Amino acid sequence: MNGRSSMGWCFGRAGAWLVLLFLVLPALIALPVSLTPERYLSVPKDSMSLRHYANLFSSDEWISSIFQSLVIACGAAILATVLGTLCAIGLWRISTRFSEAIRALLLLPLIIPPIISAMAFYRVWVKLGLLDSYLGMIIAHAILAAPMVLITVSAALANFDPKLEQASRNLGAALPTTLRRVIFPSIRPGILAGAVFAFILSWDEIVVTLFIAKFRVFTLPRRMWDGIRENTDPTVAAAAVVLIVVTLTALLLSVLLSRGRAPAAETKET
Amino acid sequence: MRLNNYWLLVAPLLLLVMALYAWPVINILWLSVTEPQAGLQNYEKLFASSSLARILWTTLRVCLLTTFGAVLAGYLVAYMMAHLASGERSWMLTFVLVSFWVSVLVRAFAWLTLLGRNGLLNGALISSGLTDEPITFVRNELGVLIGMIHYMIPYAVLPLLANMQGLDGRVMSASRSLGAGPLVTFRRIYLPLTMPGIFAASILVFVISLGFYVTPAILGGGRVLMAAEYISVQVLVTLQWGTASMLATLMLGGVLALMFTLSRFMKLSEVFGAKA
Repeated sequence: MNGRSSMGWCFGRAGAWLVLLFLVLPALIALPVSLTPERYLSVPKDSMSLRHYANLFSSDEWISSIFQSLVIACGAAILATVLGTLCAIGLWRISTRFSEAIRALLLLPLIIPPIISAMAFYRVWVKLGLLDSYLGMIIAHAILAAPMVLITVSAALANFDPKLEQASRNLGAALPTTLRRVIFPSIRPGILAGAVFAFILSWDEIVVTLFIAKFRVFTLPRRMWDGIRENTDPTVAAAAVVLIVVTLTALLLSVLLSRGRAPAAETKET
Repeated sequence: MRLNNYWLLVAPLLLLVMALYAWPVINILWLSVTEPQAGLQNYEKLFASSSLARILWTTLRVCLLTTFGAVLAGYLVAYMMAHLASGERSWMLTFVLVSFWVSVLVRAFAWLTLLGRNGLLNGALISSGLTDEPITFVRNELGVLIGMIHYMIPYAVLPLLANMQGLDGRVMSASRSLGAGPLVTFRRIYLPLTMPGIFAASILVFVISLGFYVTPAILGGGRVLMAAEYISVQVLVTLQWGTASMLATLMLGGVLALMFTLSRFMKLSEVFGAKA
């Protein structure tokens, strides 16, 4: 538009950056707070200290929570990625009115409020004896995360030429071979992105976790939830930093791994 | 015939979701008319109980205010992103995405640390002499609104940006060269053209707010009771599945109706796909 140097434009630009700072800065306050030398929540003034990190990594409770969260997030990411990728390929190839309705149905866990998912899981998990177990958490998180994989893999498939798949099949390759040698390599960035999103979704999931895990399984977000409600100990700030660092590392990794591959660049642009 | 093979790829996830997700959710809906006994008595409570009415009203009010705030702020950001040079735009997008991916729990904790009674902001205000008594920013509706608008702004920016980037800039240039000032061009041309984006962003933000649990529970401090928190109390503490499933049914009905409306004019995968 015209008038980029006008007053209004400058105000708008400044306003937009203010909103962006409002978005990012408060979320990162955990970092300075985690470095405070005091025993209460505060920003370090004269000196910094790593005592709360020492606390975090020497506490059996926090360590076991971090470990449990990692195991569950990896398990859920693997399960969601395998099932979601296969499903996305199937739906992409079938592509009828009916299969598109199935796709909409499979996206429901992303749309239905987590609190309702939590109620649903809770009742079934009681009956199946899956409450408070690794398996129960992994399955629940995988069901919630599979739609993410479905979306990213479908986006990658949209850029993939179906003729390549037909050529492979016509040349006599069976479906498993075609999947492994032709389709998977071409949509790898989409699969990878889906896996990372699934991992992050499980890694910081709290609402369903509150309902289906109580004692034996106590994930990092679950322990932070308790810590936040007590709201005094800066160890929670250190845990928050660990939570963010793992999330951002996973994202960065997926960006780096898919860099330079054309399909990934296209998916990212849209 | 060969297509049957492909249903084998779809089947594992489909069966898992049907058996362990869709069916249990339907069961919850069913509970609302069968627990504790068959009939509509759970729905009658809506008219009989003033506390339920208050919770619904709080939920609706907070969601509407959140939608308004998040879409307004998101519009400004998306507008600037759509019209700035690509270097600055990608920096802005990075900010939006970082905020998008930071855990909701961490953000609620951050707001509590900043705005709490003994929080950093109150500490700064008191030591600078601007106020003697700490100001209550959180454990009230203000705190919930700050936290929820903060969470929802990225969800508003992404559909708005998609809409604005699809516009033809020549329309605005034509308006300017025909003598309309920037404000008139914005109000008469740009704003109407971005209405679909505003509509999509509003529905998306409203729907996510409707079932929001973490932020109201932490920043409301028990004083701002919204539907999701009330459901969790009914299920985990008082074991009133009837009331809980009735509220869940209302919530789900609202969410699905709104998402269906949204899907009429915008592909859902595009709205969510913008995550990447």
